[in-house]
Amino acid sequence: MSGAYRIAGKGRLTPARQARFSFDGKFYTGLEGDTVASALLAHGVHLMGRSFKYHRPRGPISAGSEEPNALINVARDATREQPNVRATVQEIFEGLKTNSQNRWPSLEYDIGAVNNLGAPFFSAGFYYKTFMWPKAAWKHVYEPFIRAAAGLGVAPKEADTDHYANRYAHCDVLIVGAGIAGLSAALAAAQTGASVIICDEQPEVGGALHYEAGTTVDGMPGFEWAQKTAQKLAAMDNVRLLTRTTAFGYYAQNFISLTERITDHQAMVEKSAPRERLWQVRAKRVILATGAIERHMVFDGNDRPGILLASAARTYLNHYGVAVGKKVGVYTAHDSAYEAAFDLKRAGVEIPAIVDTREKPGDAVMAEAAALGIKVLTGHAVIKTSGRLRVTSMTVGRSTKGTTTKYEIDALIMSAGWTPSVHLFSQSRGKLTWDADNARFVPGTHAQDCLAVGACNGTDGLANTVEEALGAGELMARAAGAAADAEKLSLNTETAFEWTGGMVGASEGAGPDTVAKAFIDFQNDVCAKDIRLAVREGMRSIEHIKRFTTNGMASDQGKLSNMHGLAIAAEALGKDIPEVGLTTFRAPYTPVTFGTIINHARGSLFDPTRKTPMHDQEAALGAVFEDVGQWKRAWFFPRAGEDMHAAVNRECKTVRETVGMFDASTLGKIEVVGPDAAKFLDLMYTNAWDSLKPGRAKYGIMLREDGFIYDDGVVGRLAEDRFHVTTTTGGAPRVLQHMEDYLQTEFPHLKVWLTSTSEQWATVAIQGPKAREVIAPIVDDQDISNEGLPFMSVVECKVLGGVPARLFRMTFAGELGYEINVPADFGPALWDALYERVEAAGGCAYGTETMHVLRAEKGYIIVGQDTDGTVTPYDAGLGWTVSKKKTDFVGIRGLKRPDLVAEGRKQLVGLKTRNPKVVLEEGAQIVADPNQAKPMTMIGHVTSSYWSEHLGSSIALAVVVDGHKRKGETLYIPMEKETIAVEVTDTVFVDKEGSRINV
Amino acid sequence: MSEAIRTKPLPATRTGSAAASVTPAPEASRISLRAGEEALAALSSALDLGLPTQPKTSESKNGRMALWLGPDEWLIIDQNGADLMALCATVSAPHSATDVSHRNTAIIISGPGAADAINGGCPLDLSLKSFPVGACTRTLLAKIEIVLYRSSEDTFRVECWRSFAPYALGMLAEGAMDASA
Repeated sequence: MSGAYRIAGKGRLTPARQARFSFDGKFYTGLEGDTVASALLAHGVHLMGRSFKYHRPRGPISAGSEEPNALINVARDATREQPNVRATVQEIFEGLKTNSQNRWPSLEYDIGAVNNLGAPFFSAGFYYKTFMWPKAAWKHVYEPFIRAAAGLGVAPKEADTDHYANRYAHCDVLIVGAGIAGLSAALAAAQTGASVIICDEQPEVGGALHYEAGTTVDGMPGFEWAQKTAQKLAAMDNVRLLTRTTAFGYYAQNFISLTERITDHQAMVEKSAPRERLWQVRAKRVILATGAIERHMVFDGNDRPGILLASAARTYLNHYGVAVGKKVGVYTAHDSAYEAAFDLKRAGVEIPAIVDTREKPGDAVMAEAAALGIKVLTGHAVIKTSGRLRVTSMTVGRSTKGTTTKYEIDALIMSAGWTPSVHLFSQSRGKLTWDADNARFVPGTHAQDCLAVGACNGTDGLANTVEEALGAGELMARAAGAAADAEKLSLNTETAFEWTGGMVGASEGAGPDTVAKAFIDFQNDVCAKDIRLAVREGMRSIEHIKRFTTNGMASDQGKLSNMHGLAIAAEALGKDIPEVGLTTFRAPYTPVTFGTIINHARGSLFDPTRKTPMHDQEAALGAVFEDVGQWKRAWFFPRAGEDMHAAVNRECKTVRETVGMFDASTLGKIEVVGPDAAKFLDLMYTNAWDSLKPGRAKYGIMLREDGFIYDDGVVGRLAEDRFHVTTTTGGAPRVLQHMEDYLQTEFPHLKVWLTSTSEQWATVAIQGPKAREVIAPIVDDQDISNEGLPFMSVVECKVLGGVPARLFRMTFAGELGYEINVPADFGPALWDALYERVEAAGGCAYGTETMHVLRAEKGYIIVGQDTDGTVTPYDAGLGWTVSKKKTDFVGIRGLKRPDLVAEGRKQLVGLKTRNPKVVLEEGAQIVADPNQAKPMTMIGHVTSSYWSEHLGSSIALAVVVDGHKRKGETLYIPMEKETIAVEVTDTVFVDKEGSRINV
Repeated sequence: MSEAIRTKPLPATRTGSAAASVTPAPEASRISLRAGEEALAALSSALDLGLPTQPKTSESKNGRMALWLGPDEWLIIDQNGADLMALCATVSAPHSATDVSHRNTAIIISGPGAADAINGGCPLDLSLKSFPVGACTRTLLAKIEIVLYRSSEDTFRVECWRSFAPYALGMLAEGAMDASA
């Protein structure tokens, strides 16, 4: 059976279609279409959770996404589990496992509930007051304790095996909410020819028509009309209808994020189906039809399980066929609760009394109450309630001081009126205005191309809503450029009652000077008195009051509590509500899973992994790779038994003694082409390029405007009008951008174009005494002798029997060296051919670590390691790269700045440790006098440091104040355990004459 | 040409879904062509293909396509592997032709869900109204830059740099799967 509280003939679910699920280990039978909340209520179960701070027993207060109380843990299996799911939203399916949260050992007997007894000590702001002293206790006692106690639910430990999707979409008109307003707007927009996306967070369209049983549209019951309209819309080519889809964020220029829940309600999930899909929609126009949320009454003991919003009780009855109790009290300041009472009464539920704070409720509802024989107590209040795990009585009186009457009840429904859902409008940066007559904020000044219609716009009455929505639909469609001819739409609506009334703030018995536990924020346990305390403690801004009390800071973001909190604060401050103002509405409207936000970006799609064309070849040789930006670069190639140190020593030695090969493909390459190419490079680099002959190459330094080194690299001139520029691996994109920026803004008169060719070429460097003999057989018809292809040359030739190549004679290792560039698809073939010959010659492949050691031995800098954005070419000992003849280049003025030519600049030098076995730490600070008092005067730091197997000693580069003048001096590097003495040297440690290169 | 073996950045295997197939394209020759107005006529005649001058448009003829990427920039693709560099070398008016045949690689997305598959990572409006057959643009696919070209109502060509190709293929395959979900 689907529950003793299920009323035959009521609701829209099919009794034959049952589904079994569990809650706290107990199995229940519900009906397909039930939420966990409706299915449990059908079995008379109201207790579904415990509140955060006081661990008070709680049941669902709502039937929708605004639910603050009934938060549960939902699991499909071990890897698909989610905490803090609202039981009022989660649909049941066969096999669903749910559990309550924030309780131990069980929901009925929860030890944490002692907090409730200690409530006087846990007043608002107690964190700020209690954990101030002693200071040390914060880190070791308070913070760990608070962290352990903080947060609702328990995060799953297993990786999520579900997958998630993303979809970008565009439309003329996006409509948020598919109640009667949203559907009407969609009809009008669609028939005007606009492309329309309409979404609704519920499993089916209808909005308020879920509970509004007394409404008819075009002669049909309202809910039935909604479903027919949805079918009609879904069948149209220009309409996309998304249910179970929440618009949760409204960003600049009508960019709206939606989350579509696709499988959470399914018993059997198709493997290919994403669990959720993020829609990122750019809409020309937006129509907000987000409805309104009913407010609860603020009175003593208003949080007991069994106490619900009137509209929720109506939804459970009219949609799910479930009565929230058998004896239901009603407490209201608004007519809507009357209709709930009427529906329940007609369904056979006993209504002991309607308690109305108003002296004069609406005439129509009073007449109907009389006709149904329901007692109405006007000008009365519910003073308090009782019941431990479920409400059992309400005590009613005109005031706390007069006579009171106790009514036995098993449920209490309430309404303080309706709060327009202005969340998205407010997120769009629209300004709200205060409607004093109805005590509500409504959309005022629009900041984006959107319109609010219906209840969220403060529009009362069904006919008004429909007329407004139809008009908005057509208006927005036409504004977006749609122009189809269509007859003006009109809908014939009838409704049983027009509602009046409403209040904000505390009701009788929960006013100032009371200690009533009259909750306004259920999830965070904020009572009316906490707001007043915050004001007494000096909070004036609503933002401070919010943070001091945590009102509205729970996962429901104050959907029920904000207006009450504001009204109580305003009263305590003696100000009008609009003067106090609202806190900011922020995305997301309801909680969104991390999976949805991350969607495709996990595993190999988290970030691109860039591999060179020869990656597989290198991996086959046992390369260990390092990450350089998104690139995987071969770091070193260990052989059996070698650690990194041994491998690098061997690789270095091999290159110096025989030959090594290195994958240099990741270096940035830019093709600079055009009649003004040399002129442009003259402006971008410190060097002179005009004089460089085709076929020759040169090391170039590029500065920023401020005179500091920006990048470096070898540039080869292929023809009068064509240069092959190389950049550092990391610098490739920014150097191209830097050059393009200057070309477009400073030098647009030059006829020159830049094209990135980084990935066009696979590049292999061959370095070492045997480099020439290794490459000779694979180079077709090209003289590669020292005369035919001298150091710093470039030639376009063929290799491997016809593969076009760019062959550079150059070195970053200080050896006889070549860099061979071939079109990238040929990279593996080139690597294989070379490796065979390198191996035969006794050489090896080497990685980036060896490359670093070899270049440091030669004093070749790495931009970004030996420079840090404050180093000039002169500081780096590269003054020779700065042309004396040129009258202009980027950075020429910067280099003349007084600070850049003054004494005392940090300059690049070499360091040799007195004990050659000691390898310095990169980043270590340098001092002149190790015995000076602390804090010592630091005069520089180590930028590069390696063990040089070739020299049998350590080597290091460093920047030191006036370093160039200190050569031969002894300086000191104080480390934690010892002070290391170093000698300042030249930056070149190996082959100062370059005799190894020019052979 | 050499006997040396070419190793393509992606295996030629078709992936995707019933709604959208995702298939690495056969190799092609490509140049990045940059030129001012004064060179357009000569380049068009050398390439036997009118260079488009309107944003988001392209010209194509006998397997050769010219995609407008900027006021002075085109991506020329020849699916028959013609030597485009040689063709442009006959033009004396100032221009820049740079071989990018191996820098780029292409993936073809085809089927009724092709646009949805691409919209899994690409924020553009791919409706026929906004992005008609023949439209092309440089744009984003999730975290990478691509050139997107619509060759027919439900067939697109995605061009990307070769080291980004596995990422592009992965994104498009996921998009294709979602397009049929």
